[in-house]
Amino acid sequence: MLAAIVAFACGAIMLVAVGASPIDGFRELVSGAFGGGDQLAQTANRATPLLLVGAGIAVAFRASVVNIGGEGQIIAGALLAAATAQAVPDLPSILLIPVVLVAGIVGGGIWGAIPGALKAYASVNEILSTIMMNLVAIQVMNYLLRGPMIDPFEVENGTRIPQTERLSENAHLPILVDGTRLHLGVLIAVIAAIAAYVILWRTPLGFRLRAVGHSPEAARAAGIPVKRSVVSALAISGALAGLAGAILVFGSEAHRMGTDGSSAGFTGSAGFNGIVAALFGALHPLWTIPSSFLFGGLLTGATQLQRALQVPSALAIALNGIVVVFVVSSERVRDRINSVMNARREFDETPSATPDSAHPADDTDGAAPLEAGGASP
Amino acid sequence: MSEFFTASVLVATIASAIRLATPYLFAALGEAIGQRSGVLNLGVDGVMLLSAFGSYYTVLKTDNLWFGVAVGMGIGVVMGVIYAVVTVSFHAQQGISGIGIFLFGLGFSDLLFQEQVGTPKPISKLPKIEIPLLSDIPHIGEMLFRHTLMTYIAFLLVPVVTYMLMRTTFGLNIRAVGENPEAADSLGVSVARTRYATIIIGNLFAGIAGTSLVLGLGIFQNNLTNGQGFIAVALVYFGAWRPVGIMGGALLYGLVSATVLQWKVLDIIPTSASDLAAMAPALLTIIVLVVVANRVHAPAALTRDFDR
Repeated sequence: MLAAIVAFACGAIMLVAVGASPIDGFRELVSGAFGGGDQLAQTANRATPLLLVGAGIAVAFRASVVNIGGEGQIIAGALLAAATAQAVPDLPSILLIPVVLVAGIVGGGIWGAIPGALKAYASVNEILSTIMMNLVAIQVMNYLLRGPMIDPFEVENGTRIPQTERLSENAHLPILVDGTRLHLGVLIAVIAAIAAYVILWRTPLGFRLRAVGHSPEAARAAGIPVKRSVVSALAISGALAGLAGAILVFGSEAHRMGTDGSSAGFTGSAGFNGIVAALFGALHPLWTIPSSFLFGGLLTGATQLQRALQVPSALAIALNGIVVVFVVSSERVRDRINSVMNARREFDETPSATPDSAHPADDTDGAAPLEAGGASP
Repeated sequence: MSEFFTASVLVATIASAIRLATPYLFAALGEAIGQRSGVLNLGVDGVMLLSAFGSYYTVLKTDNLWFGVAVGMGIGVVMGVIYAVVTVSFHAQQGISGIGIFLFGLGFSDLLFQEQVGTPKPISKLPKIEIPLLSDIPHIGEMLFRHTLMTYIAFLLVPVVTYMLMRTTFGLNIRAVGENPEAADSLGVSVARTRYATIIIGNLFAGIAGTSLVLGLGIFQNNLTNGQGFIAVALVYFGAWRPVGIMGGALLYGLVSATVLQWKVLDIIPTSASDLAAMAPALLTIIVLVVVANRVHAPAALTRDFDR
């Protein structure tokens, strides 16, 4: 809470710094985000990728894996989903929608599994490798959207805007509430977050992931395949981000995928903002739901701010950075993260298998007040 | 391909490799000092962006390059103090708070740029300094002795940082704190003060890296660094935490980037594949991390918080 207040204050300072009145600024921000049905629908739509990425980050984190590769995984999922829709545009909606969503899951899953395997089998720091996978994904996207996947019309016309054609109508995500832009993707994201929670706390796979997150040593002693669990954690995390990518394409008004050369141009930095949402949701998939809605609101509010007061919406990204810093500085989240990080160090050190070099992780799981259903299986 | 292997093209490529290596070298040397004391700073890219914008804006308004350099350095120091307070005094987890700093830098530099400048306007660049006599040596002179002051300083810092780390009391303290903070503390070395110092120096270097980047290009745009700060972090692993190794890595990256640029100019890479060629640094980093992982010994207390 303190983190939110301080971040609020920083937001005010930034508004003053760019020459806008903070009171007007916050009024536009709040009314732009939550001021009516349209705004709420828009906020929910913007929250969707944050929730999926955030839930994925929460899953990875429980296995003591840090996934900074949301951007790349969103792009990979979106590319595979868009390519699938280009390949089989004539499938009926009832088939095509699930098919493109699964394509997104697969694309993002693969993009997550690669750094997972690199960490598990080659001891490559996944924070660095996921960031590098982001940079690779951006170039793959630029290449595909400027070349093989480009709208044939753009080539004919000579305009060559790097984007696909308007993708098959049959793949469009249906609108949930008439007259708004609220689409099925929102519902899918909420279900996916609940599923992430169920997987983590109600299935053997989730038990393995959390065991590895607590103490790789103990997990290995108990016969849990630690390396494979690390790969699964990043693959699941990436799959959720990839699903977000598919939803970004088929839930958008344009119903196409385009690039401005950067990752943010397509993802709206959801891969990074999802980290913020997950941290603010105390790295719990269910708490990430309201937290994503809040940050979705910040994003739509920032768009309104840009429209009304000409304050660039990059403000939201800067504000998110501050929120991250304050949230990780706050005691509760710090304890949670530190216990996981100690387990990480244990994982890194296990090849040498010296018991005294390991730092036993404290079990802070049950002690965290924000834990909604953190019961052991 | 044959047109690439002519003396003049190769000399130009190597000269531009050295130029492109400069920001990497500054940022990675700073990061290495921090990591030697057990602090991982993932905010480098954000600090580079903030300093790059600060320098750009100052030069745009005052047309005084040295004023721009000073502003870039000042921003680095300020960000260093912030990061030190957050990670050392508030004990925040280093990896994630660094990502927070990165996001802040990415967003805030873009915000200020759009608000204050809008469309990219070119500024004057740092002048090339030709070293008397040496710059007249055929080929070698053009490759090594016609660079900006920033480039000379970056490479001079390699022996300076090595000496500082290995031969001074301060360097000994840094390494002690990075290997075994408890032992260092029991011998009367202040872990917090040492880490404050290394973090501030590291961020100062990151700031200079951003400044040298923007004053080398003469233009600013959103996300100017495009991940260079993260690659600099990887370079520290590549160089096994030793300045000379880091210099080798920075030169390798400079060479890869310069070669890709040169090949684009010479049409060796078709335009359609230029996006794929732009992946080279990131792919190289992943390969390097795979090769380096487990082969070298990281500071034992890296990313470990210390609380008396």
